[in-house]
Amino acid sequence: MAELASSAAHVRHGSSIGQPLTRRDGQLKVTGGARYAADNHPPGMLHAALAVSSVARGRVTGLDLEAARAHPGVVAVMTPENRPALAQDPNDKSGPFVFRMELLQDDTVRYVGQPVAVVIAETLEAATEGAALLAPRYAAEPVSTGLEDGEAFVPPAVGVGAPAEVRHGDVEAGLAAAARRVEAVYETPAQYHNAMEPHAVVAAWEGDRLSIDTPSQGLVMAVGRVAGLFGIPPENVEIRSPFLGGGFGSKGAISGPQVLGILAAKLVGRPVKLVLKRDQMYGPVGHRAPTRQTLRLGVDGEGALTALHHHVRTASSRYDDFFEPSGSVSHTLYASPAIATTSDAVRLDSGTPIFMRAPGEASGSIALEGAIDEMAAACGMDPLEFRLRNYAEVEPTSGKPFSSKALRECYAQGAERFGWSGRPLAPRQMRDEDGLLVGWGVGTATFPALMMHGQARAVLRRDGSGLVETGAHDMGQGAWTAFAQIAADSLALPIDQLEFRAGHSGLPDAGIAGGSAHTATAGMAIHGAGADVIARLAELAMTDQRSPLFGAGNAGVVAREGRLVRRDDESRGESYAEILARAGLDEIEGRGTGAMDQAAQEHYAMHAHGAVFAEVKVDPELGQIRATRLVGAFAAGRIINPRLVRSQYYGGMIWGVSFALHEAAVVDRRTGRVMNANLGEYHVPVNADVPSLEAILVDEVDPHVNALGIKGVGEIGITGSAGAVANAVWHATGVRVRRFPIAIEELLGQP
Amino acid sequence: MNRFDYVRPATVAEAVAAAAQPGSAYLAAGTNLLDLMKGGVMRPARLVDLARVPGLDAIEALPDGGVRIGARVRNSDLAYDPGFARRFPAVAEALLSGASAQLRNAATVGGNLLQRTRCAYFYDPASACNKREAGAGCDAREGENRLHAVLGWSEQCIATHPSDFCVPLVALGAVVEIEGQAGRREVPLEEFHRLPGTTPERESVLAPGELIVAVRLPGEAAGFAGHARYVKLRERTSYAFAVVSATAGLRLEDGAIAEARLALGGVAAKPWRVPEAEAVLRGARPGAEAFRRAAEAALAEARPSGDNAFKIELARRILVRALTLAAAGTPERLPALPASPHAPHPGVSLHG
Amino acid sequence: MSLSITLTVNAVPRTIALDDPRVTLLDLLRERLDLTGTKKGCDRGQCGACTVLVDGRRVNSCLALAVSLDGAEVLTIEGLAEGEVPHPVQAAFIEHDAFQCGFCTPGQIMSAVGLIREAQAGDDPERVREAMSGNLCRCGAYKGITEAVLEAQRRLAADAEEKAA
Ligand SMILES: Cc1cc2nc3c(=O)[nH]c(=O)nc-3n(C[C@H](O)[C@H](O)[C@H](O)COP(=O)(O)OP(=O)(O)OC[C@H]3O[C@@H](n4cnc5c(N)ncnc54)[C@H](O)[C@@H]3O)c2cc1C
Ligand code: SF4
Ligand code: FES
Ligand code: FES
Repeated sequence: MAELASSAAHVRHGSSIGQPLTRRDGQLKVTGGARYAADNHPPGMLHAALAVSSVARGRVTGLDLEAARAHPGVVAVMTPENRPALAQDPNDKSGPFVFRMELLQDDTVRYVGQPVAVVIAETLEAATEGAALLAPRYAAEPVSTGLEDGEAFVPPAVGVGAPAEVRHGDVEAGLAAAARRVEAVYETPAQYHNAMEPHAVVAAWEGDRLSIDTPSQGLVMAVGRVAGLFGIPPENVEIRSPFLGGGFGSKGAISGPQVLGILAAKLVGRPVKLVLKRDQMYGPVGHRAPTRQTLRLGVDGEGALTALHHHVRTASSRYDDFFEPSGSVSHTLYASPAIATTSDAVRLDSGTPIFMRAPGEASGSIALEGAIDEMAAACGMDPLEFRLRNYAEVEPTSGKPFSSKALRECYAQGAERFGWSGRPLAPRQMRDEDGLLVGWGVGTATFPALMMHGQARAVLRRDGSGLVETGAHDMGQGAWTAFAQIAADSLALPIDQLEFRAGHSGLPDAGIAGGSAHTATAGMAIHGAGADVIARLAELAMTDQRSPLFGAGNAGVVAREGRLVRRDDESRGESYAEILARAGLDEIEGRGTGAMDQAAQEHYAMHAHGAVFAEVKVDPELGQIRATRLVGAFAAGRIINPRLVRSQYYGGMIWGVSFALHEAAVVDRRTGRVMNANLGEYHVPVNADVPSLEAILVDEVDPHVNALGIKGVGEIGITGSAGAVANAVWHATGVRVRRFPIAIEELLGQP
Repeated sequence: MNRFDYVRPATVAEAVAAAAQPGSAYLAAGTNLLDLMKGGVMRPARLVDLARVPGLDAIEALPDGGVRIGARVRNSDLAYDPGFARRFPAVAEALLSGASAQLRNAATVGGNLLQRTRCAYFYDPASACNKREAGAGCDAREGENRLHAVLGWSEQCIATHPSDFCVPLVALGAVVEIEGQAGRREVPLEEFHRLPGTTPERESVLAPGELIVAVRLPGEAAGFAGHARYVKLRERTSYAFAVVSATAGLRLEDGAIAEARLALGGVAAKPWRVPEAEAVLRGARPGAEAFRRAAEAALAEARPSGDNAFKIELARRILVRALTLAAAGTPERLPALPASPHAPHPGVSLHG
Repeated sequence: MSLSITLTVNAVPRTIALDDPRVTLLDLLRERLDLTGTKKGCDRGQCGACTVLVDGRRVNSCLALAVSLDGAEVLTIEGLAEGEVPHPVQAAFIEHDAFQCGFCTPGQIMSAVGLIREAQAGDDPERVREAMSGNLCRCGAYKGITEAVLEAQRRLAADAEEKAA
């Protein structure tokens, strides 16, 4: 069997793992050949368009059906009146992560942007205009739109079933005894995932068999949901999702509009394509909930934390539950004898919030890193030194040791690369040659090393080639490449001898691509499947007298480059093909599973870590900010492909910049409408916003997280970065802005 | 997008005749019009495509040293025209700070002048908007109005005109050439856009069906070429509309300001030239003190229309900045980040 | 109303009967000509995913009416490579990992090709960043994109020099 577990992080191993291969799907993606869901066009296909509500609460009292139907090319209008029956009520809540959907079950409106009808037409133009012509009329009710509105309550759980309150030690006592205290309120806005690819579905029914192209971060879950809703066996549902044009959490669970496309196909008995318009992505497909976070910190005379209280006010929708778990970062990041995280929430007339890249960690991190920075400043300490002073040697709230934690190295390497040592302590000390204010900030990055549950199948074929398949999802993280690398090593084959299949619901369940856990989960499943095949093959060889491996027995055999060889004498062995041929087998199959190691979980706290250093420049008179330089150093266990991982870090760091400086939904308080529901005014960074990024991959060997030693890299980049940028703005200007994104007007005070 | 008739006239006269029918709109590149039609904000019954109308796409040098720019000249073609950019550098800088390279490659001169406000309530057919529907009310008044007007607004409408291009144009005394059924007429750009008053739905002096055929800059406008800048404040480094912007053009004689041209963008329903401030500078020595006085004069009448009081001070400061940069001299080459406060300015002391 | 237009798409002249003047160039390519490489990210000129070259210039195909482009030459991502040989911009995008999900990529690449033809940015990374800012990438591949554009531009210049010599 290929040996994988023992070598150092991202050093070259076997032939593939650790190699900075370019993307195997690169050619397809640069030629326009990669087919995303909306690129499909089955024969006879019709186009569907949504009509969505413009009020946040109430009822639809009328639709101008005549006008829509009269539009040339319109084939049907789907409303609650004629929507095909479903086997399940879309309002039923069968589990905490089965979200309620609006599938035209009635005339109720619960947020702006909710689908209220679907127009199906021969052309996209006709469907789109048909939907506009419906011009819904409403009986509207008063709405709740802000964190101040309505009665706050303590949610039963936050995030993925985490407790709403965690208390460790006596925070009040810690604060009372503190030499210095900081209390600060940080506000983060509602944010929308805005993957570049709008949610899309192309659905075709044949009898009670359903075939769909749709982007999905969780194929098997989507199959289950769709099968349940339509009352058909899961094996009747086939979903193809070879490429997602980004997901970031919004394509984790199948969304209402995707199901509406399937319903539309059923209604008209022809294949239907439904693609969300950009503005329709600000409602039914989730968002990051707004938060207001109150941090209370105390330190002793040496700058060591005596208490940390992180209170989170967030919001869910009026009709379903998801509570942004922003407090979780405070459980792990800094040592303190007393830590409490508490949450409460209000209900808003908005769509239901959901996971969005680093859910909880991102919003919580920017607040915690800000407060930590404030305390460092209050203590007159360098913010990095302050963080080191409060370095958590064990996970503070649980007392567990970390399975690995190379955060010190991250701080050191990042600081060195950035040139942190030259940083003046006081703010507003640095200017560039043009007189722009310059500030430097640091933030600590962290993200839990999670694992979902996944499976894979591996096959060795008589011609010596291999096949590995798992229903993995490529959202851009590089699944096609990284998994092929793991697969090639698991079968000890050169990667060009390996066929890798993913992105299809008929393949073994790879689990959800979320929680930065996909590479670990599906990777372990692949690793196991390969090992299983090799073990079976070894068994065949060692029990066959004609094999040079016969009786290798206790010494055992190892797989090398398409051959099995004796461990005690690698010159003795034979090729996979020879073994299979002699056994008269066309192929040999193995299966593997990836799952969390419960025992290890009980003993260890498992997190990836990092340190991000940011430079910003601020125009002293005009307040315009630019994040001119970011250096991130991250330790996340074994790195399968450093080229892809760097890209993940850069992407995360840019999200951090965006969090601190750019993106926010502007919600009209009176109506609950997102007034910038587009990509022109909902600002995400453009190329010119991030002139310099560097990511350092810090070596880390983790023997406990899983046999491959993989932690996640997809989300950690946003944590730490957001705070580092915000802290740098303070350092540049002397103004501590606690509401994000930092607005120009907040910085105009001191010319 | 609503259904419409599509006509493609072959001459200016045909175009004007075609557009005389009520419900018509000219289609230039469509980067604003199609956007608004997709949003259901505009629903013209007929599009009169200017693509084949001859005589609208030239950049002509005029005998007086000025320039005549055809209405269909693309924003990027104008900005990159070496002769034009040399003589009117602030206009080129403004053009290149607008939108994106792709949009500038399409967008036309006429379309840029007539692009409509980015007020989110105007863009949202479910909101009340006097500009979209006369007499409907204005949801921006009590709404999200941080970026709305601080000058020239009325109770009926607080929207701003979003163009960058128009700001230096108005400062430099551009003239709009208009063709209508009644023949040709000319209107100074300064008088071309209307303030909202009680009729915010009427945005320019164009009568229905009138066509912009060209925009002219007079020869004297080139006299500012050595000291002309445009500065634009944005919420991201590029591909964003101005929060506020300003242009300054100076003619210096013996170290004193012989003549100044100043205008602000993003503050009113029209590109906002500030003759009061220009007057303050006449004869003054360039410097922080004079610039600040000019800025005070420019914003003397300003008042917030909502959560946007900060824009008033910001407009003053950006005007001072534009003046400071202009006084230092137009750079040889436009900066890599046109009009950006983050563009380096070697040798200029900007920040006191 | 039926309108007939001619377009040269990826060097192939085509006569296209349009039943509807509302069809944008983007929707024409994607929904009627099966050229789905060009992507729709916003349909409103706000993301650049739909960038193609029209008569050699990069534009947002979502904000252009097909009917208005009668007679134009259109180059899309599908027409960029010379047979099996990738265009230098395509090759550089792979090498510099200038994409993740790949959805913005056709638009980025066509924009880069347009940028290089415009010849305004030179080898200044800051000018390239500015000139590529009309193409959003939510995955955040900007660093690779800038590097790829610069490298492709160098290679194209070197190729041109070689040809000239
Ligand atoms: C995402 C985005 C960002 C942008 N950012 C900026 C920015 O930062 N700064 C900026 O200044 N602009 C910006 N713009 C606006 C852009 O400059 C305008 O859309 C463009 O200038 C309009 O030109 P066009 O040729 O496309 O006009 P069209 O859209 O074709 O027409 C616009 C209007 O003008 C009328 N019209 C056009 N030509 C004539 C004529 N000759 N005579 C009479 N009427 C005519 C049309 O009927 C229509 O009402 C942005 C646009 C977008 C989509
Ligand atoms: S400010 Fe003007 S454009 Fe905006 S909603 Fe009010 S009337 Fe309409
Ligand atoms: S789809 Fe055309 S710019 Fe976004
Ligand atoms: S690669 Fe995903 S949006 Fe650019």
